[in-house]
Amino acid sequence: MSNVSLLHGNVAVGDELDDLGYDVTATTIVLGALAARDWRPMHHDKDFAVNRNGTRDIFLNTPNQAAWFERYVTDWTGPYGRLQRMTFRMLGSIFPGDTMVFRGTVTDVGVDEVGCGWVALDISVSVEGDVKTTCKARVALPTEAGDNPWDRRGDNWRP
Amino acid sequence: MSAIGIDDIDRLIGVEQYVERGEFPVEQGYVFTTCSSVENGNPLFWDPEVAAEVTNGPIAPPTMVSVWFRPHHWAPGRTSVALPLQIHFDLKEGLDLPEAVMSDNTIVFHEPVRPGDWLTTRQILRSVSDEKTTKLGTGRFWVIDVEYHNQNGDLVAVESYTGFGYRRAGNGGAS
Repeated sequence: MSNVSLLHGNVAVGDELDDLGYDVTATTIVLGALAARDWRPMHHDKDFAVNRNGTRDIFLNTPNQAAWFERYVTDWTGPYGRLQRMTFRMLGSIFPGDTMVFRGTVTDVGVDEVGCGWVALDISVSVEGDVKTTCKARVALPTEAGDNPWDRRGDNWRP
Repeated sequence: MSAIGIDDIDRLIGVEQYVERGEFPVEQGYVFTTCSSVENGNPLFWDPEVAAEVTNGPIAPPTMVSVWFRPHHWAPGRTSVALPLQIHFDLKEGLDLPEAVMSDNTIVFHEPVRPGDWLTTRQILRSVSDEKTTKLGTGRFWVIDVEYHNQNGDLVAVESYTGFGYRRAGNGGAS
């Protein structure tokens, strides 16, 4: 990723983000859980996940999925993209051996009352076409070269 | 930590509860580990020059905000740990709703979180619905906000959780 960022004026409703596919392993899940300080056994102990949770294996935890969604959005925006909000809905679990695929579409664009340009996205992560989690995200983008959403504070930041 | 009875709800709506400080300051090592875990190459988190230019110094990925409040797996002398979203468990117990699910979770991001910050969190009950019946059972929906502030009092994030506490159909009471 470079430090060149997408500009707000270059985005339109209906634009699609490039898909991101990733082969999930047990390491993906354990590393993600420990990075999030989530010590619960269903994210590292297969016996516990199978016998206590009734799942087929350990599974990706929610905070790490949030980190995946953030990465997916900022891969697209570049570093000047600043997340405003994200809403998650968990529909199913992601296990070792799955290939998860992130997809995203621009659903709205706008400029708020203090001049901050924003883009709304519908994102999903699927396994074999089965949606596991949805994420609605809104991210601020520079409206022109020299504009930096990260400079906004207080009343000038209305996420 | 106490159960919330139905008569307590009106007086608890909007009230800050369970104010807690993180057990350690925001730190760079976890930022690297998290970025590594999802192969996030955003130079904001890896290149100090980019961080200086874009965010006036290093920041943590915004979605990490709850990481700074997960307690150590073990700590000397500790006998019990407050559960994240304690109000959720208070409502389950107090309203005699043995089952619960979280239907969705929204995070709104405000001031960036930076290595060295000490964050505090507080939980606020925003609403509790009348009794509803869904395919899961009969119970109530509730919305709980978790606010995060830094050591300067700046709001850094608000997480909103919508939960549904319920009794399964045919289940007459709490187990």
